[in-house]
Amino acid sequence: MIDVKGLYKSFGDHEVLRDINEHIYPGDKMVIIGPSGSGKSTFLRCLNLLETPTAGTITLDGQVITDPKTDIDKVRRKMGMVFQHFNLFPNMTIRKNVTLAPVRTGLMKQAEADETAMALLKRVGLEDKAEAYPAQLSGGQKQRIAIVRALAMKPEVMLFDEPTSALDPEMVGEVLEVMKELAQEGMTMVVVTHEMGFAREVGNRVLFMADGVVMEQGSPEEIFSAPKSPRLQDFLSKVL
Amino acid sequence: MAELYAQWRAMMLSGEAMSLWQSFYVRFYQAFIEADRWKQYLGGMVTTLYTTAMALVIGILIGVIVAVIRTAHDQQRPGHRNPVLGVVNFILKIYVTVIRGTPMMVQLLIMGMVIFASSRNFTLVGALTLGINSGAYVSEIIRGGLMAVDAGQMEAGRSLGLHYIDTMRFIVIPQAVKAILPSLGNEFIVLLKDTSLINVIGGKEMLYAAQGIISRTYEAMYPLLGIALLYLILVMIFSWLLGRFERRLRQSDRR
Repeated sequence: MIDVKGLYKSFGDHEVLRDINEHIYPGDKMVIIGPSGSGKSTFLRCLNLLETPTAGTITLDGQVITDPKTDIDKVRRKMGMVFQHFNLFPNMTIRKNVTLAPVRTGLMKQAEADETAMALLKRVGLEDKAEAYPAQLSGGQKQRIAIVRALAMKPEVMLFDEPTSALDPEMVGEVLEVMKELAQEGMTMVVVTHEMGFAREVGNRVLFMADGVVMEQGSPEEIFSAPKSPRLQDFLSKVL
Repeated sequence: MAELYAQWRAMMLSGEAMSLWQSFYVRFYQAFIEADRWKQYLGGMVTTLYTTAMALVIGILIGVIVAVIRTAHDQQRPGHRNPVLGVVNFILKIYVTVIRGTPMMVQLLIMGMVIFASSRNFTLVGALTLGINSGAYVSEIIRGGLMAVDAGQMEAGRSLGLHYIDTMRFIVIPQAVKAILPSLGNEFIVLLKDTSLINVIGGKEMLYAAQGIISRTYEAMYPLLGIALLYLILVMIFSWLLGRFERRLRQSDRR
């Protein structure tokens, strides 16, 4: 589904990603873990070109999205993204937050988008917040709305960039719950996270990144129960 | 009233000793009431307001366009630089530099006496010059506002598949406007007062009226204090309106 070949990314002289080669299959729940500064967020952001790779190609459904001639807006409509800091639009109601993109991109009419929004909001238990503004919500509620907003575009794959890192501890659970449900429904997901419990439970593949390379990868059991590289052993001893 | 004025004025001209009240009465009457002079101030005020409004519209129009183009240029993805945008950006940078780097008065004289030397519509030339001038400052204010909006907002909009222009229009610009309103209001107050400069190219605004009356009566204090008060009142009304507008915008985010 998504194919990454020879991906390099540097910011100035600082090389953040070095020769990443990965393939994400439909239905994959790929969880990326690693110390901060390891390049995992940058890797995720390269997938929908929020960061432009320095070298390498990324292919989505056979379309080379790193090609400058690709209409990146169309590609991004197939990829939902959830950010660490939610990035809801504070100048709009929740309903508008969710329906703006589907309506403006011509995916749906306003009435249909409203219906979709209400159905999705109901699923995350926030249908009564449709006319509220983001500033009136808690962090956990904001992040659930952000997930709904991304889902409203009916994406083929969802990218999560440390979705629970900015949350108060008691709100982490409600967000992870929504993500788990999404995983059970078969959504293809790429998740950068520090929640090892989530990685173990939901991930079908775990990538350990450090120093801009994928150091080790495998099933959750392989990664968490039988880590091979010393870097991963060291990392796990610190976070578990 | 008129008789009293005529009588006391004769006294004044003959050099007789006068009470404070008498001399105030004569000078005040002479500056504002004699020969319906208040109408001249009023006419000047209409021109002042008209010029301000025109310059405001031109300034905001230029300011928004310049700011959006320059921000778009700065926010291009590396490797996707648009050469046309580069050229336009360069020209706009020159515009901002030249306008901000030369005095308002000099710009007015150049426009009035060189570029539009044959035009008799002094007010329009004045309003145009003020608008072009204001546009440079407004564009920098707006650019600052656009850049101050959290980069995550642009990323969130773009990651949903929205086009750059849509993201700007629905997400970034509305948030920027709220943030820059105080400095924009400040710029408008400066603009209102700067309209007093257009009398150097013949614009018939308030200062022009006052100067005309001064040269007839050889009495400067009352006409000048009078228009100073008028400017003050106008600015105060303006600030009050702006304050109301700001409060209304703030209601929408109901914190």
